[in-house]
Amino acid sequence: MSNKIIQAIFDDDDVLVAAVKKVRESGNHIEEVFTPFPVHGLDKAMGLKDTRLAITAFIYGVIGISFAVWMMNFMMIDDWAQNIGGKPSFSYAENMPSFVPIMFEMTVFFAAHLMVITFYMRSKIWPFQEASNPDPRTTSHLFMMEVDAGDNADAVSSLLKKVGATELKVVDKH
Amino acid sequence: MYTFSSKLKTFSIALIILGVLGMAYGFFSGPKNTHDVEKILNANNHGHDAHATENSNNEHKAASEHKLDTHKVENHTKTEAHTNKDKHQEHLEHVLHQYQNKPWSAFFIAAFFFFMVALLVLVFYSIQWAAQAGWSIVLFRVMESITAFLLPTSFFLLLFLILSTSGFNHIFVWMGEHASNDALLVEKAPWLNKTGFLIRSFIFIAGWNIFRFFLRKNSLALDKAAEMKYYKRNFNIAVGFLGFFIVTELFFVFDVTMSLDPHWFSQLYPFYVFASMMVTAVTTILIVTVYLKSKGYLPNVNQSHIHDLGKFMFGFSIFWSYFFFDQFMLQWYSNQPEESVYWIPRLLGSYQLPFIGMLILNFVLPFLILISSDFKRVSGIIVTAGLFIIIGHYIDIFILISPATVGDNWSFGMSEFGSLLFFFGLFIFVVFNTLAKAPLEAKGNPLMKESEHYHYYNL
Repeated sequence: MSNKIIQAIFDDDDVLVAAVKKVRESGNHIEEVFTPFPVHGLDKAMGLKDTRLAITAFIYGVIGISFAVWMMNFMMIDDWAQNIGGKPSFSYAENMPSFVPIMFEMTVFFAAHLMVITFYMRSKIWPFQEASNPDPRTTSHLFMMEVDAGDNADAVSSLLKKVGATELKVVDKH
Repeated sequence: MYTFSSKLKTFSIALIILGVLGMAYGFFSGPKNTHDVEKILNANNHGHDAHATENSNNEHKAASEHKLDTHKVENHTKTEAHTNKDKHQEHLEHVLHQYQNKPWSAFFIAAFFFFMVALLVLVFYSIQWAAQAGWSIVLFRVMESITAFLLPTSFFLLLFLILSTSGFNHIFVWMGEHASNDALLVEKAPWLNKTGFLIRSFIFIAGWNIFRFFLRKNSLALDKAAEMKYYKRNFNIAVGFLGFFIVTELFFVFDVTMSLDPHWFSQLYPFYVFASMMVTAVTTILIVTVYLKSKGYLPNVNQSHIHDLGKFMFGFSIFWSYFFFDQFMLQWYSNQPEESVYWIPRLLGSYQLPFIGMLILNFVLPFLILISSDFKRVSGIIVTAGLFIIIGHYIDIFILISPATVGDNWSFGMSEFGSLLFFFGLFIFVVFNTLAKAPLEAKGNPLMKESEHYHYYNL
């Protein structure tokens, strides 16, 4: 029967973090929390898994540096050999130091851009995407916790009231 | 309160004695005159030593040049034989000087390394004061104790500089008798002369020691009477020290190490040395802290503090690599004779192995190990990375100095190990003695509470 969720509004981040801990301790499932700014320690309190974005960044960096190595070899050695400070032509190894700045820049470029794009995709933010925020006030000054209503919506509501919610609203699951 | 265990004390004294023995062996076992050198060179020639043949090739080259020079002279065979003999004698003398420099150079490298570590810990400590940083207060006594090593190393470094200036060795070529024949050195003489050199070195080193003395004094006074007066005073001293340091370090490093290759110059050099020693200093703080923690001291130092020091190690390793590569690439690319002369022994000559090895130890390994946030919290891993960094930067200082002082006749033998052990033993003795003198917590510091509660969000 549980296709309802309870949207509880809080007006203080410390109260919110304490409430999140208590709601989870009581065995209820928190769907999502909306905050106007990043709240210190909220991810730990909600029991969210560590982000894997850093791993993707490392992979993108490796792709970037490999691309730079290939690109400079193609441009400066293979396709049209260039004279680089009088060093021997047709040799990647002996011209490598002059390519290091490009490798560095490519690593940063790939890691940064692809990481941002990955973050957008993972957060389902892409062009023309409608905002999925249930209450616009959570973008300015209020905090909202969405709790699965479960079998007993009244019990969950009274628990939320007790831990400091200022407003409660029961809505259908979206 | 920390007590300096008698076990550690005996260990440090044993290291000092071993070090003195090693250094003494180095000073007494070297060749005494050109005849000894000739024997060594001949022995090398009969063997299959690569650089010995190179030496004899150079002699041949020198000889053939003289043929051209002396063509005009009538009795040229006689003159040629004569100059050839002179050339040979000159070369033998040059090699003799390099061999005689070896124990001095080893002592200089160790003294400079440990002196700079103590000095850069003082810089790191002053930055904490000047920035009014909250996180690091629990580490203050550790940092202060390491800076206590500044005074003894200052003494040894100044002693070395005074002896070098008085002609006991041939470390600084620009002090030698040939300097007056060298147009570049004559032009540099208004700055690079013995009197100025000694006066500047003395002012710089004394200045740093005075700043250290007052910082430590006020920090201890703050413990006894928690008054803002001492806090403000130390803030001002720290700011003053940082200003004084950044100017004096440039000239100190120009004088003491860059003048070893008096023809070569690099504007980035002081920052390169700064970065090299800064990462070593932070690593030293970390290793002493982890050691004390493993003995049950410093209960308020938590994983977040260790993690932060790890971040500094990572950051300064990259900072060093950046400066290293900047300095190297510009000179490698432009390929000017007066600049590339510095890189030839290091990149292509007999120092190639330590040179490449140092890059791996100082950049590749710290980068790959310390890039992970999780690894920075495991004491075993971070101490391993720290040892790589310290060994790597010791090699870095070794090949900063050695090519100019001993040239191709380098090795890591008795005198090098002796000097290293001597200063390492002295380091343990002085630092842990100072740690035992004051409480391990800087209780009077108004930011102590913040430091105790310091917490990195992702831990």
